[in-house]
Amino acid sequence: MMKKILKFVSLMLIAILTLVGCNSKSSTKGSGDKVLNIFTWANYVPDSVVKEYEKKTGIKVNYANFSTNEEMLSKLQAVKGGEYDVVICADYIIQVMAKDKNVLMAPINKDNIPNFKNEDPAYLDQSFDKGNKYSVPYTLGSQMIVYNPDKVKKEVTSYADLWDSSFKSSLVLIDDPRSIIGVALRKLGYGINETDAAKLDKAKEELKKLKPNVKLFNADTPQDSLISGDATAGIMWGSQASAAVKGNPKLKIVYPSEGTTVEEDNFIIPIKAPHMKNAENFINFMLEGKISNETTTTTEYINTTTTAKPFMSQEYLNNKAVFIPAEDLIKAMHILDIGDTAKTYDSIWSEFKQQ
Amino acid sequence: MGNRIIKIFSKFYMLLIFTFLYFPIFIIVIYSFNASKSNVLWTGFTMDWYKKLLEDENVIIALQNSLKIAFSSTIISSIIGTTGAVAMYKYNFRGKKGIDLLLYIQIIIPEIIMGVSLLNYFSVLNMEFGLFTLILAHTTFCIPFVYILVKARLAGFNSSIEEAALDLGAGKFTVFRTVTFPLILPGIISGAALAFAISFDDVIINFFVSGPESTTLPIKIFSMLRFGLSPEINALCSIMLIITLFVLMASQSIRIKKQN
Repeated sequence: MMKKILKFVSLMLIAILTLVGCNSKSSTKGSGDKVLNIFTWANYVPDSVVKEYEKKTGIKVNYANFSTNEEMLSKLQAVKGGEYDVVICADYIIQVMAKDKNVLMAPINKDNIPNFKNEDPAYLDQSFDKGNKYSVPYTLGSQMIVYNPDKVKKEVTSYADLWDSSFKSSLVLIDDPRSIIGVALRKLGYGINETDAAKLDKAKEELKKLKPNVKLFNADTPQDSLISGDATAGIMWGSQASAAVKGNPKLKIVYPSEGTTVEEDNFIIPIKAPHMKNAENFINFMLEGKISNETTTTTEYINTTTTAKPFMSQEYLNNKAVFIPAEDLIKAMHILDIGDTAKTYDSIWSEFKQQ
Repeated sequence: MGNRIIKIFSKFYMLLIFTFLYFPIFIIVIYSFNASKSNVLWTGFTMDWYKKLLEDENVIIALQNSLKIAFSSTIISSIIGTTGAVAMYKYNFRGKKGIDLLLYIQIIIPEIIMGVSLLNYFSVLNMEFGLFTLILAHTTFCIPFVYILVKARLAGFNSSIEEAALDLGAGKFTVFRTVTFPLILPGIISGAALAFAISFDDVIINFFVSGPESTTLPIKIFSMLRFGLSPEINALCSIMLIITLFVLMASQSIRIKKQN
């Protein structure tokens, strides 16, 4: 019996040793200096920009994808902040990561990123990362109202207008608890990151009143039901609003007077990034006016630099979905991590949807 | 008369089932040729989305990765699954039923659990995530499929043929090579085809065990959804569909040839 166990254990050992052996071999292969590993949503850094960077620097870019910020975090934890050089992710997840005992992000050395000065100060020093210790803004996404003026009698200027009974069964909302509960909170004059139970209760009541107006929820393509005419108004993200107006030029975009919700995506550098120098170099490249404009023109997000404007096309400047004057963003709020209150939001949301 | 009604009804029923199964896929393929970026209005026929995809280097890399992983894990899991099934058929030992059951658990276990556990496992071993970890993971979840299909094939196997060959003086290996293997080959091919299809379209486990250089096609498609559904995604899905169908058809035709 003893012999059998011994045999088994030694076999296991051999197996593990071979695995580790393979591992060390592959790591020497990947550690060339002319490599950069990007980790973000597919197409979020346009292919043309990646190619331009590769051509200019001779650095080979590996572009890996995730579909949610949470996925990215779990992966980064598993590789202990290594393997990837630059991650582009949302504001709130940076806040979550910064709170962690074991910070997986390397502090940004702004001396190595001279183009950091190109960033518009309006987008710097935000509550999720004071002083931009770990993050460099990439682009901004903003929520807005889109409606069909042909089918709506009075002008829409605020979230509150959507509660009007004339919208009965005609709204399309993005399928996202924090965004839509945020809308109800804004209507009441609160912030979108409230943790006070009484205020959340009131928001729940507001949503109950909104429900008869809601026709459908759609996370990825809310614009489709506006284009097809199924819905007459909706709340959605800028890039979706832009697609809506392209599909039906009559549709109108409104920045709600209560103030909108924005999501700022940022570059971060993992703490054990294998090619730290290339990462800084890449971020610097991305903040050049021309490149920055190329990115936001392709992705249809809001540009966060001051140097990109001279390169912007008239079409981009006229597109209300992507070019939002800074004064309209003053009242904008970021969705922040709310800790355990997230459960309350979830229950409000499921009640709202089932109602 | 009654018979005819039943016949018509059964045909109608079949039609309904097949519409239900294939219509959504059909729509995706159709809209991949839509000139407009939206999925609502049809504005004209175009091949632009396919052209755009083929020009996108990241798509090509993802496709190559997916194929490499699917082929390697199919081959490895076919070998391990087949030898396992043959051994389980030939030998009796204590705890055989238990081991058999353990292999089924692999199939029933939610993918997310397997993904997370593999992530932790590779992370503890300090392995670098990439093609190697992906192939290991895929082989792991493909083995049971090959095993079960080969085992099913062996269930209808008449062992007296093997005994006859042994009686006539053939060695054990010769018997396997010339008698057993050809008989179970259709099972192996079905198993391999299934393994390929499962490996090729996996998303969850892929995400957990992939590395910076090993993004696969399904991960890419999932990630592209951030920018909404687009004809580009439809086109990519259609390409995946064609590859899977091609492999399935190729394996079926080999299987039919072998059987005759």
